Amino acid sequence: MSSIHARKFVSADPDKCVGCCVCEYACSFEKEKAFNPLKSRIRVVRLDPVINMSLTCRLCEDAPCVTACPRDALTQSEENGVIMVDEDKCNGCGWCIEACDYGAIMLHPERKVVFMCDLCDGDPKCVEWCPEEALDYVTVDVLAQKARIAAVKKLFQEAMKTEKT
Amino acid sequence: MFGYARRILRIDLSTGKTRINTLTEEVAKKYIGGIGLGMHLLLENSKPGTDPFSPDNPLVLATGPLSGTMAPTGGNGHAFVSKSPATNGLGEAKSHGFFGSELKRAGYDAVIFQQRAKKPVYVWIDDNNIQLMDAKHLWGKSPQETEDAIREDLGDYYIRVASIGLGGEKLSRFACIINDKTRAAGRTGMGSVMGSKNLKAIAVRGTKDVGVAKPEEFMEFVKMMHERMKGPATAKYRTLGTALNVLVHNSLGALPTRNFTNATFEGAENVSGEYLNERFVAKIAGCSSCAMRCEHIAVVPEGPYKGTTTRVEYEPLWAFGPHCGVDRLDAIIKAMDLCNYYGLDNLSAGNVVGFAMDCYEHSILTKEDTDGVELEFGNAEAMIELVHRIGKREGLGDILAEGTKRAAEKIGKGAVKYANHIKGLEMTGYDIRGLKTAAMGYAVSFRGADHNRHGAYGFDLKGTVDRFKVEKGRSKLVIDVEDLYAVIDSLIVCKFSRGTYYKKYDDLAAYYTLTTGIPMTAEELEKAGERIGNLGRLFNVREGLTRKDDHLPPKVMSTPIPDDTVSKGSYITQKELDFMLDDYYAHRGWTEEGLPTLEKLKDLGLENLAYIVKEKIRKPSKK
Repeated sequence: MSSIHARKFVSADPDKCVGCCVCEYACSFEKEKAFNPLKSRIRVVRLDPVINMSLTCRLCEDAPCVTACPRDALTQSEENGVIMVDEDKCNGCGWCIEACDYGAIMLHPERKVVFMCDLCDGDPKCVEWCPEEALDYVTVDVLAQKARIAAVKKLFQEAMKTEKT
Repeated sequence: MFGYARRILRIDLSTGKTRINTLTEEVAKKYIGGIGLGMHLLLENSKPGTDPFSPDNPLVLATGPLSGTMAPTGGNGHAFVSKSPATNGLGEAKSHGFFGSELKRAGYDAVIFQQRAKKPVYVWIDDNNIQLMDAKHLWGKSPQETEDAIREDLGDYYIRVASIGLGGEKLSRFACIINDKTRAAGRTGMGSVMGSKNLKAIAVRGTKDVGVAKPEEFMEFVKMMHERMKGPATAKYRTLGTALNVLVHNSLGALPTRNFTNATFEGAENVSGEYLNERFVAKIAGCSSCAMRCEHIAVVPEGPYKGTTTRVEYEPLWAFGPHCGVDRLDAIIKAMDLCNYYGLDNLSAGNVVGFAMDCYEHSILTKEDTDGVELEFGNAEAMIELVHRIGKREGLGDILAEGTKRAAEKIGKGAVKYANHIKGLEMTGYDIRGLKTAAMGYAVSFRGADHNRHGAYGFDLKGTVDRFKVEKGRSKLVIDVEDLYAVIDSLIVCKFSRGTYYKKYDDLAAYYTLTTGIPMTAEELEKAGERIGNLGRLFNVREGLTRKDDHLPPKVMSTPIPDDTVSKGSYITQKELDFMLDDYYAHRGWTEEGLPTLEKLKDLGLENLAYIVKEKIRKPSKK
């Protein structure tokens, strides 16, 4: 199984995300040829106009959803960590949905089986469409690098401000 | 037919009975959606002379063909249309956010709310399931509290809600309908129509797919629009936002100050977009499906109003700022937040406060009338206090909640000289004494004082024309934008996106056809714009409005701009106004009295409305 360090997933930058839901539309169109956020693999949460961000599957190591499934309908790809659903086995019981800390697994409104992000074969359409470039297709290591750089930049800015005044 | 849900829902609030009508392709193409479809449904479902607060005045909620699709800014709009309690003519207000797309997914192009509920209710539209729900526990709550409470009650946190606050419940004539906490269908008092029906809120959950006729080409078109929206046409909205106008208007002597006493404001720097963004804006957010982003969310960082959070645009900022002579952004933001809390149109509320201040300065209102509040221009605390009183309809606030026109009539003592409104709707932040192309647009707008029906200020401010002059030909400029705006508000796309349709009707018609599959040429769409503009006029004529109602605010016609600025001395005379109206009516193909002729109706396919003008054209009244 590929190391968690190598797994790329879709992550939203909360500072950039404006909660516009373009990712939801792009996803439902790509996967189901329809505009319907309920069929999107990525979902926007808007707590208020300032706090909003989209969330999708984070490809956990030893994914709890896979462990939770009583019918062995879920498996995790050894190659890229994507969760796969055997639609013949899945009966929509929802154990995996409960097990997911990110709300990244949903019950399909028509097919009544669960579904989640499959990374669009390595070319996630939500990332391509995001008008704010708030979505990234990255590994946790790269996220950490970015966070470090952002933190240092912020410190640097604060220092500049103190110097000025 | 794609894009459209093809269904119009009718709810009788007195019985809870519902009915579904089919939206035919013919009607869809003719009236597009949004305000066009809304006006058509209003005319079909109401009788002339109905009181706006009567149960017989229907409230129409309409989405557009693009609602629920990925079309940037088009995916998320909705419009409310009804007879306006402010103007007794056509009332319409649009809003964006997330509500409209949800309604489309529930499967409706429009909803007609008829009659009045016996007790406070909210309507719960859960796809095909429609229910009247008890709203006793919500009555008196703000729209924001109502939204949270309904989601909690129904146990679904993705429900979208449009609701009224105390303003609408207490029939304030400028009450609005708020969705997604800070988005308002603001103008013409649609919230009080909702209140008069005992309808506290509309809650929607829609789970259906929204499809388009040509998916692949549609997506290509959307991609192109995304690119354009990142470009120069929308730069203003994405950077400083509309508050940029403060300093621009001020430098041009076009910033109405202290209830149109002045046209420049000495405190402009303190309320400028530049200062706002530097000190107050915490985040710039976006609506559903939008590829720009314009929502400047401001948070007050310190002082008595610390922590107050609201979305800021130029118009409300102007109404509570320069218009009231207030140069404190913290107080302006607080006043705007209070309007959202009470469910009042920010713009009209600020106008009413400025009007009351003017009356106080001229001793028409005294400290006795204000219960001790010193209502001088510039008194920020007094302004905040007055907004509370208007919201609760206490003391002077009870009179002011009727809007400037009616309040002035009630106050008497010559207060009408200070009541700046057109057709009963309060003014907006352009000093049209020195913007004479815009002045024409304001006078003839079918919903009263408004810059958003014609956008003609653009020609004046950009220097395309001599803005201090009245001359033939301006009517064409006004009419062209009016028709385009009628289409924009019917499709419903955001006005902020107007600059991204480089090829205007060609772009918009292509958008329409790719979405709906209904063939539409640029010419046909332009014609639809003209038809919808005429529809607004016809509604007003039906309700008894005449040439006399195409007037301008008293100060615009009586008080030359006194400031030492480029616009000094400018104002508009009766002769100039008459010239404008003659020019405009002639260009519209209307009679001298402003009545659309039978030939015009035929040309627009509105023969069914001939009854409105027939008698009046035969027996023309004196000017």
